[in-house]
Amino acid sequence: MIDAVGDVTEAVVTPRGWAGTAMALTLLLVGCVLVSLCVGRFAVSPQRAIEVLWQALTAPGRAIEAMDERIVLLVRTPRVVLAALAGAALAITGAALQGVFRNPLVSPEVLGISQGAAFGGALSIFVGIWGLPLLGMVFAAGLSALVFVGLIARVDGRTEIITVILSGMVVGSLFSALLSLIQFVADPNSSLPAIVYWLMGSFSTATWERVLIAAPVLLAGLGLLWGMRFRLNILSLDDSEARSLGARPDLERWVVFALVALVVGSQVAVSGIVGWVGLVIPHATRLLVGHDHRRLLPASALLGAGFMVIIDTLARTVTAAEIPLGVLTAIVGAPVFALLLRRHFGERSSS
Amino acid sequence: MIGLHDATVRFGPRAVLDRLSFSVARGRSLALLGPNGRGKTTALRALLGFQRLDSGSRRAPPIVGYVPQYASSNQSYLVRDVVVMGRAAGLGIFGQPRPADYTAAAEALARVGAARFASHRFDRLSGGERQLVLMARALATGADVLVLDEPGSALDLHNQSRLLHLLADLRAPRDRTIVFTTHDPNHALAAADDALLLMPQGPPLFGPVADTIVPGALEQLYGVPMRLVELPGPDGAPHRAVLPAFAGQRAA
Repeated sequence: MIDAVGDVTEAVVTPRGWAGTAMALTLLLVGCVLVSLCVGRFAVSPQRAIEVLWQALTAPGRAIEAMDERIVLLVRTPRVVLAALAGAALAITGAALQGVFRNPLVSPEVLGISQGAAFGGALSIFVGIWGLPLLGMVFAAGLSALVFVGLIARVDGRTEIITVILSGMVVGSLFSALLSLIQFVADPNSSLPAIVYWLMGSFSTATWERVLIAAPVLLAGLGLLWGMRFRLNILSLDDSEARSLGARPDLERWVVFALVALVVGSQVAVSGIVGWVGLVIPHATRLLVGHDHRRLLPASALLGAGFMVIIDTLARTVTAAEIPLGVLTAIVGAPVFALLLRRHFGERSSS
Repeated sequence: MIGLHDATVRFGPRAVLDRLSFSVARGRSLALLGPNGRGKTTALRALLGFQRLDSGSRRAPPIVGYVPQYASSNQSYLVRDVVVMGRAAGLGIFGQPRPADYTAAAEALARVGAARFASHRFDRLSGGERQLVLMARALATGADVLVLDEPGSALDLHNQSRLLHLLADLRAPRDRTIVFTTHDPNHALAAADDALLLMPQGPPLFGPVADTIVPGALEQLYGVPMRLVELPGPDGAPHRAVLPAFAGQRAA
């Protein structure tokens, strides 16, 4: 898919080229979804899967009886939807943050949001809270991490990018330490394994109920970020340039951060921490469609969703037991990222 | 119309700007000169509203077309997408540029003679080409005040000449205010009506180019002996030029 050693492609994308790329990415996502619906311990043929989906869409009230119907509609579809949403969320937030920080090595983890959210989740499991209240805790802890970062980074009424990154590191480390503390005191026979497994990330508990819990906030946040796609181009400039163009970068950055916190909070709440996607997917997408956020955001969403669906499919089919997602994204993501990194700096030094 | 009134900026105990006042009327062009470290950049930032004033006030329209000396790094956007950013002020946080904004961007690119770069990548252009594109972006804002930070400093002689022609060209209709900083008094002679000299000692000197870009004032400004010469220009009319006598050369 990505030619990491060949000639540097011109990222000049004509409107027709863009439409073709968008179409190809959409088809890729549809293909990934179809594969994911069909494979597994109980194999379903693609025709049957499409038929089942079509029946469910055209006659929603119908009772679901057959085994393959139950598996496709109640087990695999919510799982695929959740994985696609999580992948799109991580990719778009990663792309937006990399733009706003003018730094290609940034991902949703740098603001400490993921660590905060993870701490909230672990604390809930530790004290025995599950279900909806757990999601609430995850969400609240993720947002409070962002608020801490904001309070620390704000000096003399202004926030500089470097102080935000450093504050994010500080808050992230603090929450990681608190998380370790909880794991240290957790009961090794019951809550500790639950915490560890939740932290590694999984869609195995996906249900339509979870989709409905995560989707509204997540989609609203993504929709607003998508609305800011042209503004993100402006915010990716130096502050003085952005200001001269009528933007208020130190304020508008926080709008982006808050939206990222909402989206990442919902994602962590339903699927735990999934690393690498927010870092690698925007990079790969830039090679395909260039740096303009008006193309980068939708293309990242499609590619991120497809990638996450495939990773999740591998997670549940490669071995008899489920492999944690974070393990797979790291195994795939780290080498791809290393290649992208070499390519990125190779392109820079040659231009 | 843009200007500062009694503007003071302190970095620690040191007053970088000390009760600086000047204003540039619509239709006029101001060159800002001064030795390194005398507050040229600070004055420009104050004028643009990027630098908080410790006292005094700033008068400026809400949007000022700003041409930075260097563009932000990592701008891997197409030139047309860079120029259309000039329209951002009218679009708000969630706005998208419309076809009319792209038309304005294309007109601005044509105005600076850079239309042929429209679909090139900005970060692959040369320094001189980038500056033209940034100029187009400033024009695309629709602001009638242009502020340029050392527009000629990184350019070779050919590109300097092109830039000065463009500045003179933009000045000719007398419907804009132009402010630029420079290290070369000849740029002031070529493209400015007034000059503001931030003297190393004493109060700044502000006045028409004919009175301020003179050997006496420039010798005080830079501490280098200067000569003013008149040369026949390409059209036969006399052109004035200022020459420094570096390293004891007997200039002119």
